[in-house]
Amino acid sequence: MSTINKNATVPAPREGGHTGPLLEVKDLHVEFHTRDGVAKAVNGVNYSVDAGETLAVLGESGSGKSVTAQAIMGILDMPPGKIPQGEILFRGEDMLKMSDEERRKIRGRKIAMIFQDALSSLNPVLSVGYQLGEMFRVHQGLSKKDAKTRAIELMDKVKIPAAKARVSDYPHQFSGGMRQRIMIAMALALEPELIIADEPTTALDVTVQAQVMDLLAELQREYNMGLILITHDLGVVADVADKIAVMYAGRIVEQAPVHELYARPAHPYTRGLLDSIPRLDQKGQELYAIKGLPPNLLKVPTGCAFNPRCPKATDLCRTDIPALVPVTEQDGSDLPGRKSACHFWKETIHG
Amino acid sequence: MADLSTNDEAVAAALDTPVRRGEPILQVRNLKKHFPLTQGILFKKQVGAVKAVDGVSFDLYQGETLGIVGESGCGKSTVAKLLMNLERATAGEVFYKGQDITKLSGRALKAVRRNIQMVFQDPYTSLNPRMTVGDIIGETFDIHPEVAPKGERRRKVQDLLDVVGLNPEYINRYPHQFSGGQRQRIGIARGLALNPEIIICDEPVSALDVSVQAQVINLMEKLQDEFNLSYVFIAHDLSIVRHISDRVGVMYLGKLAEIGTDEEIYEHPTHPYTQALLSAVPVPDPQARADRDRIILTGDVPSPANPPSGCRFRTRCWKAQDKCATEQPVLAVPERFRGQKTLAAHESACHFAEERDVVHAG
Repeated sequence: MSTINKNATVPAPREGGHTGPLLEVKDLHVEFHTRDGVAKAVNGVNYSVDAGETLAVLGESGSGKSVTAQAIMGILDMPPGKIPQGEILFRGEDMLKMSDEERRKIRGRKIAMIFQDALSSLNPVLSVGYQLGEMFRVHQGLSKKDAKTRAIELMDKVKIPAAKARVSDYPHQFSGGMRQRIMIAMALALEPELIIADEPTTALDVTVQAQVMDLLAELQREYNMGLILITHDLGVVADVADKIAVMYAGRIVEQAPVHELYARPAHPYTRGLLDSIPRLDQKGQELYAIKGLPPNLLKVPTGCAFNPRCPKATDLCRTDIPALVPVTEQDGSDLPGRKSACHFWKETIHG
Repeated sequence: MADLSTNDEAVAAALDTPVRRGEPILQVRNLKKHFPLTQGILFKKQVGAVKAVDGVSFDLYQGETLGIVGESGCGKSTVAKLLMNLERATAGEVFYKGQDITKLSGRALKAVRRNIQMVFQDPYTSLNPRMTVGDIIGETFDIHPEVAPKGERRRKVQDLLDVVGLNPEYINRYPHQFSGGQRQRIGIARGLALNPEIIICDEPVSALDVSVQAQVINLMEKLQDEFNLSYVFIAHDLSIVRHISDRVGVMYLGKLAEIGTDEEIYEHPTHPYTQALLSAVPVPDPQARADRDRIILTGDVPSPANPPSGCRFRTRCWKAQDKCATEQPVLAVPERFRGQKTLAAHESACHFAEERDVVHAG
C-alpha cells in the first residue's frame, strides 16, 4: 500500500524555454532594522540550484542561512526585514520584482518549504488530512472530498502506515518522525520544482533522521526536484549534498562540490568546523575548538568577519573584505565549482 | 524515621571516605521508575504505568566518564533524575559509597547531593533570568553554607568563573547578556561550586553550535582531570559520547541494551540496536557515502506504557525470532563470547548477539 509506483512516468521537464539554473540568488542583501541598529543578516549571497541537484547551505546559528531561504520563499517579516538589493531568479525571472499575486502562484506550487519543527509548523486544531488537502483546495480548487483522497495518496507516498485510517488524526497523535513526513508530504503536494528544507531532521533521533533523509532523497530523484538543504550538521551534508555553500556572518565563505570540501577545505572556518566535530570512527585527543563566538550581526568585524577567530588572520584580514574568488589547483588549473572568500585560500588549501 | 539522626551520622561518616581511582563510586542496581497513568477526575484509578526506566544496572567508576546514549523517550534523562534523587525510584537501588540514596531523605540526602551535581541541557532555561551570575552560582553556598564562609563567597564565585573560562568581572551580569556557550559554562560553574565528586550531565552540549560544542567538551575534559571528577554523560549524539566517554551504555525503551568500553561498543557492537544506531549516524565524509553499511530501522519506538513482550527491540529488529517474543534477554556477556579474549565479549542483552562492525564497514 505504501510502496511508490516505480513505473509512473517521471514528470517531464516543465514548461518554459528557460535554460540555466532553476534558482539563482544574486548578490542578495537582507537587513533587519531593530531598536539597537541595523542587523545585516545577509550580505551579498550568491548561489544557484539546478533541477535534481542538492545544494547544502551550512552554517551556525546567525549565519543567515535561514534568512536567505525565507527571502526566497517570500516569507520574510517585512518590516523589520528589508531587502535593499539583490535578485532572486526563478527560471530566469526575478521574484523580488513580482507582484504578491504572482509570488503566491509560485509559492507552494513551484517552490515549497519544509520547516524544522513539525509540531509547531502544523496547526494543532486541524486534522492532518485537512491541512494536506488545503493545498489542493486552495491551489487547484478541488472539492473537500477529492482533496481528502489526494491527502491519503500523499500520506501513502511518504510511507505513513495506515494512511486511510490516520488521515483524520491530529498532529499530536503522530510521532516526531511521522510529523516530519507529513511536512514533507505537504511540501510535495503540488509537485514543486524546488524544495527548501530548513533543518528538516534536527529535531529527530538518528534512526528516524536516516529514514526521513532517505525518503527525501528518493522523492527528489523521482520528481527531479532541486533541493536546498539548510543545516548545521556536517554529517548529514556529507550524506546527501551535491554541492555545499558554507555561510558565516551573512556571507558565503566557501563553495565547493561535496567531495572536494571535505577533502581539502579552502577556508579556515570550514577547516575549523571539520576539525571540531568528534568522529564516530576514531577517538581523537583534544578536539580542535574555534576560539571565540560567532559575531554579533549589529557590529560585524571589519575586514573578513571571521578574522577575530581565525588562527591565520593578518592585518590585511582586519581591513579588507575578501571577495569570493575561484579556487584553482596549485598549477593554476581550474577546480570547477570551487570558490573561497579568504585572502589566504592558497595557503589553506595547498599549504 | 526515628533513627534519622543516627542514620545521618552513619551517612556522613560513609561520605567522608574517599574512593580510589578505578573503584566503583556509584552502583546502580535494577533501577525502575514507573509513572502512573490514571483515569477519572475525582476518583483516580491507576490504569497502567509508563515504564520510563525498567530495570537498569550499571557501575560508575571513580574518575571515569560513563556515556549513556539512546533515542528520545528511552529513559536516559529519567535515569539522570533518579541518580540525583530528584525523582523517587519505584524500585531498585543507587549506592553511592555504599549508601542507598533512593532511601535517603532530609539532611542525609542533602549531604549526598552536595557530592552529586548536575549540568542541564538547555542553558537558556536552566538559569534564572532574574538572578545575576554571582547569585546563581552563589546560591549553592546558601544551601550548603559549610562549603564557603559568608565573607569568602564572592571571591569563590569569581574563582569558579575563572576556572570555566569566563571573565570574573562578569559576576554582576545577567544570563541574557551571555551567549549559549557562555551560559553553559555558567551552568558548569554552578555544578562545580560544591566540589562534587560526580557530575551528571544531561545533554550538556546539544543546544550549542558546532564550534562552541568543541570548546565546552574540551572544558569538561580539562575539569575532569583537574578536579578528579566522575561524569555520567547523557546524550543522543553518538560521536560526542564516543569522544568523551571511557565506557558507554546504550539504552532502549527503559532498559540497557548493551554496555562496555567505548572501543567495545563502537568497534565491536553485538546488539542489533547498537548496530542500527551507529550505522544511522551521518559520517562527515562523503567518500564513505556509497559503501557504508547502513541499517535503516523501520517504524518508531513503541510506547513505554505498553512495551513489547520479551525483547523490547524485537518489533524493529531484523533478527527477531519466536524466542525474542517470549524470553526477555538479560544483560550479560553473550554465551558464545564468554571466556574469549575478544572485544565482543561485553555485556549485551540479545539472544542472537553477534559482532558487526558498522562504523568501519566498506
